[in-house]
Amino acid sequence: MVVPDPKTVNAVVELCTDAPLRLDSGAEMGPVTVAYQTQGTLNASRSNVVLVCHALTLDQYMRGPHPVTGRPGWWEDMVGPGKVIDTTRFFVVCANVLGGCMGTSGPKDINPATGKPWGLDFPVITIRDMIRVQALLLDHLGIENIFCVIGGSMGAMQALQWAVSYPERVGAAVVIAGSWRHSAQNIAFNEVARQAIMADPDWRGGDYLNQGTRPAHGLAVARMTAHITYLSEPALHRKFGRKLQDREQLSYGFEADFQVESYLRHQGASFVRRFDANSLLYITRAMDYFDLSDEYGGVLANAFTRTKTRFCIVSFSSDWLYPTTDSRAIVRALNAAAANVSFVEVDTDKGHDAFLLDEPAFSDTLSGFLESIARRAGLPPKLKGPSDARGDDPQAPLAVTPVRDSQPEGTGP
Amino acid sequence: MIFPKRLKGPIRDDLQLIGSMIPHGARVLDVGCGNGELLAWLAHEKQVDGRGVELSMAGVRAAVARGVAVIQGDADTDLDDYPDDAFDYAILSQTLQATERPREVLGNLVRISRRSIVSFPNFGNWRSRFQLMFRGRMPVGDCMPHEWWQTPNIHLCTTRDFLDLCSTMGIVVEKAIALDARGQACSYSGQGRFANLFGVQSVFVLTRHAGR
Repeated sequence: MVVPDPKTVNAVVELCTDAPLRLDSGAEMGPVTVAYQTQGTLNASRSNVVLVCHALTLDQYMRGPHPVTGRPGWWEDMVGPGKVIDTTRFFVVCANVLGGCMGTSGPKDINPATGKPWGLDFPVITIRDMIRVQALLLDHLGIENIFCVIGGSMGAMQALQWAVSYPERVGAAVVIAGSWRHSAQNIAFNEVARQAIMADPDWRGGDYLNQGTRPAHGLAVARMTAHITYLSEPALHRKFGRKLQDREQLSYGFEADFQVESYLRHQGASFVRRFDANSLLYITRAMDYFDLSDEYGGVLANAFTRTKTRFCIVSFSSDWLYPTTDSRAIVRALNAAAANVSFVEVDTDKGHDAFLLDEPAFSDTLSGFLESIARRAGLPPKLKGPSDARGDDPQAPLAVTPVRDSQPEGTGP
Repeated sequence: MIFPKRLKGPIRDDLQLIGSMIPHGARVLDVGCGNGELLAWLAHEKQVDGRGVELSMAGVRAAVARGVAVIQGDADTDLDDYPDDAFDYAILSQTLQATERPREVLGNLVRISRRSIVSFPNFGNWRSRFQLMFRGRMPVGDCMPHEWWQTPNIHLCTTRDFLDLCSTMGIVVEKAIALDARGQACSYSGQGRFANLFGVQSVFVLTRHAGR
């Protein structure tokens, strides 16, 4: 069990209570519940905000324990006192995305109009809708400017959308293993995931929560497929090879003979315990609809005209889900717009998920970038090592009073 | 010709001369910027708005940590993306001879900047000529330290070769400086025969805009 840092706050707030949120689809929603985590302390000038945008199946629990799994947070190695995203100097915010299933409004929540779970009555959302909700959350927290927005994978899309939708609010953006639009292959894999869920008879046309079933098999298969795309062929083979699982010889049947089969089944089964199937449909749809150049006549560079944001783009050499060519297209567009951009392709065989793993070349790059922009912004210097980082915050803390009325415990399926 | 005064500072000798030619507050692209040494120095000393292009991941990481905006890429493929006159100055230091398509690189360089500063080892230097003529060996020296089978320098040229290419491409040479073995600027006049014989390195300021 991981003990939460005293400066870690998990909170839930209800937004859009007065005026509904207008979505890209034209639908209106309100109120919208947002569950989020903060670490560190907002400084007096409110200039130390790092907004972390999470990936498709992750959530606001950068730091654990995760209320459903009890496990450490997904970015605990990266975010914390003295770590790369140092919570002794930054106020780090991460919110569960709109359509998610860890406390922010999503298809498993109650539709106020019917008193029942939304299911497929939940409006289709976009990456830009997710950003709108995050912007409302920051407004609620009294935060105007983001020192740096950071995201990997779907989080990278959000970071880009932030920089494009709110250029005046975003000082810097770190875009990791991302893309500016979903490719045909990206859409194809998402469609496989959705079809796996919808082919499960227990999905019940999306109405499973009302009918007391759960499309666990479909959701598990969706996860197994997706999980393969997060890894790389060399990494998968290095880890499992053709090793057999708990047996000396082939079974000549359809048991999980191979370790890799057993591993995938485990991935599928544990995912089902923490994720909602309809949420996966909605969020993958939002990703498929994402094309940053759409609003700009198909010319990505025009999305960044006159941007003042400093960009750091990172790709991983073995990532075949969002390959380096996608990141290079972003870099090209930023160059054409004369933006301030740095770009690194990290040489690794760990695949797309490298940003969640121990990859020193990546963490050094992120650390160097944050350090340089912090220096430029006049933030106090980083303390050395986690052990030295427990002292008082060098800047006068400003009390933020998030709504703490509900700790999102056991809100998962 | 008046040579720019060499700068004092904690950067490599050959970069100092180039650094001295960049005016205060300029927009600068350094192609093959290594660890960002020159750009960081220029940002600090002359408040330039700098960008870098560098091939090696280690170089890019070091430059990013210095606060320099650098993209991982190379001169042959990644200059196409920049719009015309995107920079006041583009620098290509000791890199031209290692590119695959020097002519295209040069064309891009003068396209995307109002002035380009290009430096390269002069293959016409008397030591190179001596090694070939009397020893029958490919030249190896301080500026070109590699044996023929391991050298990244695949497009070596002499100072005069380079001037011919500029003339073919309609590129205006605003300034030409030859550095001798001690790093001192040596005389450059007429056809540049003297500089081509005694210069170890050549530094040129180029522009595609005639009459500036």
